[in-house]
Amino acid sequence: MGGPQSGIMPGKEPRVAFASYETEGFYDEMIGPDGRPRPEAALLMEAIESLSTGDLRHRQRSAERAFLEMGITFNVYGDKQGAEKIFPFDLIPRILGASEWARIERGLKQRIHALNLFVGDVYGSMKVVSDGVVPEEIIRSAAAFRVPCIGMKPPKGVWCHITGTDLVRDVDGTLYVLEDNLRCPSGVSYVLENRQVMKQTFPQVFAGLDILPVDTYPSKLLETLETVAPPTRGKPKVVVLTPGPFNSAYFEHSFLAQQMGVDLVEGRDLVVFDDIVHMRTTNGFERVDVIYRRIDDDFLDPETFREDSLIGVPGLMRLYEAGRVTLVNAPGTGIADDKVLYAYVPRLIQYYLGEEAIIPNVPTFMCWEEEARTYVLDHLDQLVVKAANEAGGYGMLIGPHSSVEERANFADRILQNPRNYIAQPTLALSRVPSLFPEGIEGRHVDLRPYILYGDDIWVLPGGLTRVALRKGSLVVNSSQGGGSKDTWVVAASGPAQEQS
Amino acid sequence: MLSRAAEAIYWMSRYVERAESVARLIEVHLTLTLDQPAEERQWSPLIYISGDEVDFRRRYGHATESAVLHFLTFDLENPNSVLSCLRSARENGRSVREIISSEMWESINAQYLGVLDATRTTVDREDAHEFYKNIRMFGHLAEGLAAGSMSHGEGWHFSRLGRLIERADKTSRILDVKYFVLLPSPEHVGSPVDDIQWSAVLKSASAFEMYRKKYGRIFPARVVEFLLLDREFPRAVLSCMTRAAESLHAITGTPIGSFRNRAEQQMGRMRAELEYSDAKALIASGLHEYLDDLQGKLNAIDDDIFETFFARRPIVRS
Repeated sequence: MGGPQSGIMPGKEPRVAFASYETEGFYDEMIGPDGRPRPEAALLMEAIESLSTGDLRHRQRSAERAFLEMGITFNVYGDKQGAEKIFPFDLIPRILGASEWARIERGLKQRIHALNLFVGDVYGSMKVVSDGVVPEEIIRSAAAFRVPCIGMKPPKGVWCHITGTDLVRDVDGTLYVLEDNLRCPSGVSYVLENRQVMKQTFPQVFAGLDILPVDTYPSKLLETLETVAPPTRGKPKVVVLTPGPFNSAYFEHSFLAQQMGVDLVEGRDLVVFDDIVHMRTTNGFERVDVIYRRIDDDFLDPETFREDSLIGVPGLMRLYEAGRVTLVNAPGTGIADDKVLYAYVPRLIQYYLGEEAIIPNVPTFMCWEEEARTYVLDHLDQLVVKAANEAGGYGMLIGPHSSVEERANFADRILQNPRNYIAQPTLALSRVPSLFPEGIEGRHVDLRPYILYGDDIWVLPGGLTRVALRKGSLVVNSSQGGGSKDTWVVAASGPAQEQS
Repeated sequence: MLSRAAEAIYWMSRYVERAESVARLIEVHLTLTLDQPAEERQWSPLIYISGDEVDFRRRYGHATESAVLHFLTFDLENPNSVLSCLRSARENGRSVREIISSEMWESINAQYLGVLDATRTTVDREDAHEFYKNIRMFGHLAEGLAAGSMSHGEGWHFSRLGRLIERADKTSRILDVKYFVLLPSPEHVGSPVDDIQWSAVLKSASAFEMYRKKYGRIFPARVVEFLLLDREFPRAVLSCMTRAAESLHAITGTPIGSFRNRAEQQMGRMRAELEYSDAKALIASGLHEYLDDLQGKLNAIDDDIFETFFARRPIVRS
């Protein structure tokens, strides 16, 4: 069907056809191994196939214009020209079945529960060390280990209020946890805005499917922040702390403040005196109780951490320690993002909860172990090597796509500082059909669900699907040319034949 | 509200209003010059109104049509060009986008991107009218969106305050420059006037139709009265200052007629002066001097607003 001749028939534009779409041996999130759509994706595929290529591209363009006009832009560090770019968006969503999602949700709750206990233990009694689960030197040598946090006790024992865990799917369909992000995970605003744009673009598909909503996130976030406030008279005063308009995630900071109806402050708006954190208002000083800070630990308070921080608030940590103000996430949580400690997480789940990890880790070689290091150095062309303390796709070697020089460079770095490197097999990340001028092609994706921890643990249905838009690329980071897709958690039966 | 946020909203509105004023001046002038012989077409008065003649002379030299249009519209080195104003409005808006409504932010962002896009193509004389009209209408859209989509609380009052002070300043400048060119001395008040030129003055302040309804034929003293002292016309200086005072007092909670800070005091004095002035006497005693003084007072009020609300105050222990 389709083909060039349909283009010359009056009133009939060429249709988007999946007929020539190839999964090329990868796990495809939309098309099953038999070449037919997975059950929960059938209606979406029908809708896409009913559109002409021109129509689909037109919708893609209006979606992009909508993002630009909404000012949903992203700054790429180190790119002087690109002060602002829209985060590329692909119209074709990623679909997850409800039953698989239920398992993911359980797995994430389990993992966050254990990691929160771990962080509390690290800055508390260190039982995890005395019980011989994790060597002390691994914890103490982690770049994100914060000595000033030892002995601190955040309200309700919650350290990681907001997490964005990265999941990937390998060729056999297994989902793995790739990274834990317990510091300041970004991207949730794109989840909400992508959904907004998709509802305008495919209203009929939304009407026909049972897609779990994501709009509750801001309310849940506010609830979480208020829940962990220090004891106050009346309603706690919550603010979002941003480094300022030039930060790459500024859009998200202001979006979340707006959606929650709270003030967005910069460090210079806050001042500590009389054992209270105040913000400067047109009517004098006002007390602040909870700070959702989107500033790294290092810059929070020049009196405790980096002295040269211009975006922090002097004295903040003193008040936090005294329980006069709550910081979200708690300082020190970055310890759990360390890529060497990552390898221990299945053991931590076993240790703290007595359970098997529901979502497995990617098998990981720790270069500080001699045997593993020898193997890694011998197989650099097959492995992905990561620096233990870097995020955003920086400091990473993708073996199969690397040059001889790059591999030699990483071999040197590993030998000089083995503690700082881990290696993992190169996964054949799953793909999702994506729209290009030439037609529909598969592109690799990951998934970042968002987890909130207040009185209990809550997972936002779906999350951010990041897509490597460059053909063949496995790097999905927005700072490295990745884009995003909407993520739909769909009940396979559809609303018409609802089953409980 | 946060001092930093209040200041950003105040300036966002001022810059939107300034972009609109510049666009309106250019639009009126483009039409006006079509009625004049080529050798009499003057573009320099537009530069005088903006107050940036030193910078213009240094970088452009002679005030040709294309030089003036570029300087006032697209020149990012001129902080008062349409594009610079929209950029400043947008940067301020971006830093308070969680406080203003999404509609306000999106309209400012889209307007900036649209004008930025136009720098890549040249604006033809045929399209120029549409182009400047679009910017002028954007000013109204921004004001309407603020009024219709934002709670009329502190943030909105700062936005209104900024807009009205900017508007009062621009109306007084238009009158100052045009009056000086058209009527060099008070003795000419009674003589036949250039109807086209005076209509252009009124149109530069969007005041032509409303003036006609109130006074009919054009007399210089009436024009001065209408643009300075009218209580109902929304671009007249007195009308602007009356509403600016409402917002200022709504922010502080001080009853109108009394004051608790210098901004309230200065604004009250200026209103009282305008309320008890009459146009003929102002002209007789020197309109230019009067307007110069008025602009100085507006700047002083702006400084007082800064000191009262935006400046980083020292810590006062409770």
